[in-house]
Amino acid sequence: MTVTPKPSRSRLDAEPVSRRDWLGLTSLGVTAGALLFGLVGLLRLPKAAVLSSPSKKFRVALPEGLPAGEAFVPPGRAVAVFRDARGVHAISITCTHLGCLVKPTAAGFECPCHGSRFAADGSVTKGPAPRPLPWLKVSVSGSEVTIDEGTAVASGTKEV
Amino acid sequence: MRASPGGRAALAEFRANLKAAPRRLYESAFRSGAPTTDRSRSTFVFGNVFLHLHAVRTHRWSLRWTTTLGLGVMSASAFLITLVTGVMLMFYYKPSPDLAYQSIKDIHFVVPTGRLIRNIHRWAANVMVVAVILHMARAFYTSAYRSPREYNWLIGLLLLVVTLGLSFTGYLLPWDQLAYWAITIGANIAQSPRELTDALGVTGLFDPGGFQRLLLLGSDVVGQEALIRFYLLHVMILPLALAALAAVHFWRIRKDGGLTRPADADARLAREPAADTYPVFTEAPLRTYHLAAVVRGRTPAVNDGPEHTLPSMPHLFYAELGVLMLTLLVCVALALVSDAPLKELANPSVPENPAKAPWYFLGLQEMVAFSAFMGGMGIPLIVLLGLALIPFLDRETSATGEWWGGPGGWPLVKRSALVGLAAPVAIEAFAIRFGWLREWFPAIPQLVVTAVNPATLLTAAYAAYSVWCIRRHQSARAGALALFTCFLGGFVVLTAIGTYFRGPNWVFYWSPADWPTH
Repeated sequence: MTVTPKPSRSRLDAEPVSRRDWLGLTSLGVTAGALLFGLVGLLRLPKAAVLSSPSKKFRVALPEGLPAGEAFVPPGRAVAVFRDARGVHAISITCTHLGCLVKPTAAGFECPCHGSRFAADGSVTKGPAPRPLPWLKVSVSGSEVTIDEGTAVASGTKEV
Repeated sequence: MRASPGGRAALAEFRANLKAAPRRLYESAFRSGAPTTDRSRSTFVFGNVFLHLHAVRTHRWSLRWTTTLGLGVMSASAFLITLVTGVMLMFYYKPSPDLAYQSIKDIHFVVPTGRLIRNIHRWAANVMVVAVILHMARAFYTSAYRSPREYNWLIGLLLLVVTLGLSFTGYLLPWDQLAYWAITIGANIAQSPRELTDALGVTGLFDPGGFQRLLLLGSDVVGQEALIRFYLLHVMILPLALAALAAVHFWRIRKDGGLTRPADADARLAREPAADTYPVFTEAPLRTYHLAAVVRGRTPAVNDGPEHTLPSMPHLFYAELGVLMLTLLVCVALALVSDAPLKELANPSVPENPAKAPWYFLGLQEMVAFSAFMGGMGIPLIVLLGLALIPFLDRETSATGEWWGGPGGWPLVKRSALVGLAAPVAIEAFAIRFGWLREWFPAIPQLVVTAVNPATLLTAAYAAYSVWCIRRHQSARAGALALFTCFLGGFVVLTAIGTYFRGPNWVFYWSPADWPTH
């Protein structure tokens, strides 16, 4: 009977996975999974369920002698309100490019930050702004106007 | 009652121990003693947890000032200076929209040395950005990213990103007009993937832009939540990340065999022998160690000791201290002649005009003036990806460790610098003179503007030029030399235009003196 010697293995060759190593790897995997699960829980923290932002809906009284086509910007709000014979409408004055406040001018709106220009109806005429300024939902009751900055309406929508 | 003789001996021993306590305390802390012999110089380094990031001996090539220009140590020194001055500022700074601006005013006008400390902090941050960029250029031009240093190049890129992040988050903290509007713009750049998702009509389903902005600001507007987040990032998260990455970065230099040097560095140094070098092993080992059987990598040198090396203590450490003192000198001198800016209190209803980011972001701002997504996120990501790929695409070995080394060499770098500077000037001149797509075709789809604008055309031109260089010189290194040089040129031109030639409404002006008064 001849004994065939096992092929000798160099110390430098990788060892096959033994039972003990398998258990070790499994527990390592479980640890990693548990930590990952905890991390996912942690990652929920930075996004609050209720944001500390100011309310998007507000009521404002338009000045008595507001000329047709002239913008009225309520203090502290990023909205321009217009009144003419066909009704009241509001256009957001937050630039759709990078969020600067655009300035109402005779021709429309001008952004001070990167030179975007908008026509009086909010459409882009020049510069990097990717979208027109949105028209916002307004509802008129007597001399007061309620404006909802969170709800956009179709361009050209006016309320009486 | 009389003390026993034994008790008296114990008291004498007690007295002797008490007398020896200071010396023993010193010896237990500094076990190697004064670094006066080669042996104690070695233990001085590896017996100290901070110093042992360095090797015990340093190659003479690494100590030549033309090897590194001291830029890496200068970056680290500037970080140390911002760290110390930043902690000082934290004594008085209050991260709240109602108090922040006033507390900066207090630091400026009331706190003893407060103004100087704040100025030094601001200047050290600027010096750090410059030093980090130049350090990256040094590593690139001497091919220091090549094997086995690919990993350290990537760590270096992360350090660049964290450095810029630290500057950006620090910019908001004074809560003045400049800060408020720069951060509004920055947060909206984070939101700029919407430019793409809006154009594709999928924002309702998939809105990474809105999520990034919300994560950064913690709210819909730049307010208290945003300020505390930026503060936390600025004083805690980013400095810790930077310190950890820097430790790996330094450690890796040692593990990768010291700084890059040419293959024939030893032969070249042998022609100019220094007085204080001598054979380290007077009887050089003639055989490879048996240890070589179990470690990976190339065989250790046989027949040769670590010649042309000097003890890191004092040679390397004194050089590093010199750079630290120079950096400190520069920062203090700049702080004495120029105050850190502080504009009016932040006013959310009146944008600063022009609202400019810190100077090193003005190149980006110049690009976002064409497309928010491409300029603010797309192209920076492409540039970072390109930089990260360099060590894996350039696998050549010739001229490693030589300035401007590689096929093409210095003439190629000069030519590329010309291309890199001329191309953005030409494209900008065209866009400033004739406008861009939106002005010619107001109804053009946004996707076209996002894809085709001066910033993307410039990137494409650079890429095409570098591919041409690869073909011409039959070498990936030549392409990398061309592209990196172009990238530096573009950075310089766009930053200069953003800084000096843009006025109110981001309109081009030859000089700020021409700005309209309002």
